[in-house]
Amino acid sequence: MSRMFSQAAAVLAAIAGLAAQPAFAATPDEVLATIKKEAAATPGFQGFSAARGETFFKEKHGGEWSCTSCHTDNPAAPGKHAKTSKTIQPLAPSANPERFTDMTKVEKWFKRNCNDVLSRACTAQEKGDVLTYLLTVRK
Amino acid sequence: MLFDYRKFPRALVAALLLMCLAIPAAHAEDDDDEEEGFGFAIVTNAKWKAECGTCHVAFPPHMLPVGSWRAVMAGLEKHFGSDASLDAATSKEIGLFLETYANRRGSEPTAKPLLRITESRWFRSEHREVSSRVWSSPKVKSPANCAACHTRAEEGRFGEHDIRIPRV
Repeated sequence: MSRMFSQAAAVLAAIAGLAAQPAFAATPDEVLATIKKEAAATPGFQGFSAARGETFFKEKHGGEWSCTSCHTDNPAAPGKHAKTSKTIQPLAPSANPERFTDMTKVEKWFKRNCNDVLSRACTAQEKGDVLTYLLTVRK
Repeated sequence: MLFDYRKFPRALVAALLLMCLAIPAAHAEDDDDEEEGFGFAIVTNAKWKAECGTCHVAFPPHMLPVGSWRAVMAGLEKHFGSDASLDAATSKEIGLFLETYANRRGSEPTAKPLLRITESRWFRSEHREVSSRVWSSPKVKSPANCAACHTRAEEGRFGEHDIRIPRV
């Protein structure tokens, strides 16, 4: 009887363990590799740069907002929506392991936010630079 | 003398048990009217919560009529100045959810649907006692920031009991 219980407990623990695992489809490095594949198709591509990504992240691009308007100057810190003031979880993967683990989500937000900040879509080069920068940010 | 439970009238025991059951039920019913306001049930949808609840509180469907939700969903690329576009499947599911539980109580103007909840007659009436100092406070900042005063807005609860107006 007690053996049955311990077996059942083991099965339950295993299920709980599975359920507790975050359903991340990819790692930030895999997401970066996907963006790199796209960028490499552009003639003259010479890789990504964290320094260029940081400048891009912190500068305005002709509009009212920069990336930092919501994500702040420190991507490892929580941000705040520029209009609604709602808290935005940190963007840097070092501070928020959920970031850049789902390619669909990554594309959705680049599309939206690039439109808000640059009034156009970002190039693969720009996205790769920004992610390369974000991956260098420590907590 | 010890209490002999066998002598305790069964009918009384049954009545007491029934009362225990009945009290929380009656209380819960009372809560529904009080807490949710306007007698609308709290409804939810995972995609609506995730997509509409990222930049602001996911506004409950009953806060706008069908025509307004249709207009909001058709204009997500420029959603109050931000790109909030969705993929077609997600947009369809959320649109259906909003329309299913939209406010059907008032007469709906057909010419130009209202997009801002804050411009609704019911919203203005409900907030008529809120001073302009509160609205412009940095703790509130935007009337879309429901949670600044409605402490359980995230759960869809906007009743009187769950209001804490910040000191300004």
